Amino acid sequence: MSKKSISYIITLLLVTSLALFGAGCVGNDDSEAEMQSIMIKGSDTVLPLAQAEAEVYMMEYPDTSISIIGGGSGVGIAALIDGEIDIAMTSREMKGSEIENAQANGIDPVEQTIAWDGISVVVNPENPVSDLTFEQIKAIYVGDVSNWNEVGGEDREIVVLSRDSSSGTYEYFKEEVMEGNEYRADALINPSTGAIIQTVSQNKNAIGYVGVAYLDGTTKALAVDNGSGAEEPTSENILAGTYPLARPLYFYTNGEPTGLALEFIEFLSSETGEETVFEVGYFPA
Amino acid sequence: MMHRKKKEKAIESTLLMVSGVTVVALFLLCFFLFREGYLLFGDYSIISFLTETSWYPSSSPAKFGLLPLLTGSLIVTAGAIVLSVPLGLASAIYISELADPKIAQLIKPFVEILAGIPSVVYGFFGLIVVVPLLQDLLDLPTGQTALAGSIMLGMMALPTIISVSEDAINSVPTALKEGSLALGSTKWQTIYRVVLPAALSGISAAVMLGIGRAIGETMTVMMVTGNTAIIPGIPEGLFDPVRTMTATIALEMGEVPQGSEHFHALFAVGAVLFLITFMINLIADSVKKKYRLQEGV
Repeated sequence: MSKKSISYIITLLLVTSLALFGAGCVGNDDSEAEMQSIMIKGSDTVLPLAQAEAEVYMMEYPDTSISIIGGGSGVGIAALIDGEIDIAMTSREMKGSEIENAQANGIDPVEQTIAWDGISVVVNPENPVSDLTFEQIKAIYVGDVSNWNEVGGEDREIVVLSRDSSSGTYEYFKEEVMEGNEYRADALINPSTGAIIQTVSQNKNAIGYVGVAYLDGTTKALAVDNGSGAEEPTSENILAGTYPLARPLYFYTNGEPTGLALEFIEFLSSETGEETVFEVGYFPA
Repeated sequence: MMHRKKKEKAIESTLLMVSGVTVVALFLLCFFLFREGYLLFGDYSIISFLTETSWYPSSSPAKFGLLPLLTGSLIVTAGAIVLSVPLGLASAIYISELADPKIAQLIKPFVEILAGIPSVVYGFFGLIVVVPLLQDLLDLPTGQTALAGSIMLGMMALPTIISVSEDAINSVPTALKEGSLALGSTKWQTIYRVVLPAALSGISAAVMLGIGRAIGETMTVMMVTGNTAIIPGIPEGLFDPVRTMTATIALEMGEVPQGSEHFHALFAVGAVLFLITFMINLIADSVKKKYRLQEGV
């Protein structure tokens, strides 16, 4: 293969991947008539939970098939609106425009809260700062504060890490902590939670936010204060509702869920279902 | 006899059809890319797209400025070329002119392996090794910089640059070299006075292809450059985080509502990227042709 054709192929692949992104739709193939199957698609935050639950469920009921696909909350909602899937999993509520689109398409989205996720603000373990108020975090993320000594730390520049805008966590953080203000222009955008953990664990200047399920001891989770005292992101605080950065995770169905979708959603709040929620690192609804 | 001919014909037309699919696919992709990108300019002015200096796709009103992404791509690519061309050219000269054939045979497979490593592996290596190293060595607030991207892309462009320039150097007629040596010039004088000028257009093609490789790379840059959509200073922006066009598309495509302004803006960025790589390939191609022509004379 000549070098020229290789470069053409690279160009082609790039374009192809773009096109395929737009057309990501998978057919649902029922080969066995009596086999019940549903398709779930959406948020990468909910993905590990839905996958773990589906595995446990399918072990118990082997004649069912639950397919789970990630891609992001918006992708799942778009698929629900197009009638391609049975359940959309999201880490945010549907937007007004999405509900309008759904109704225009004859889809009636019904929301179920399936679990709670805690968001923790993390810094390097060597950073002496161990708690911040919402106002301080907001000031750091919108760009009003750029040195750790302004929030009680050492004289070091703050390196601000954010997820990319396709992450539900990105929007949640923007709404809850930054009150809708735009992220500072020089924030580092990381494509995954793993990359944020990795960077924070090796950079003393960094601050980032990750789901509580991802905390692994290589970073320090800050106690955050939303006006009623600093709270650590422990499971007790999240379950008691005192930790301010906890958000619900949702399943959306077209109309009230029926059949396997209903049974699966009910399974999530069963004893085994709730145990699995804890194992994955989230908290039962 | 007749039967055989028919069979040949059948095989031939099947192959024609299969290769036709490639061409049709390419045209469909182009059409799709440009149509989706063009739809942005129904609501958003093309002037703003080209001159706006910030990329705020989710604020309201949204700002879709190409400049920070374009300059981000350019600075990372320029850095990659500055790092990889001298290295690549030196290796090509060594492999084709100086090295013991046994050693050359040993080095070549390594260069080829370098080309076969998946880009996500390069990215991971960059994030774990190069980024912290740059941060400590240069005492930067973060090592996720354009420079980190340049280093990784330079490494990835090396195989292209080495093998294409090596081809160019090898196809310099032996008579030219022998003539130069016969006139009493040393081996080094022959290389830089005779061989390199004779292979120049092939080497330029190698550089162009290296640029094409670097500017279209996505995964690696996304993992190491920090993805901050700010127009970088030149050259000090090399030590700041930047966002490339490819990384923007990859980062934001996941959650963008289909058919929205933001969706079309990403396609418009994709179209710009496509035009750039297409032009680079055209230039590389014409440079290469020119050099084949010269050789024929």
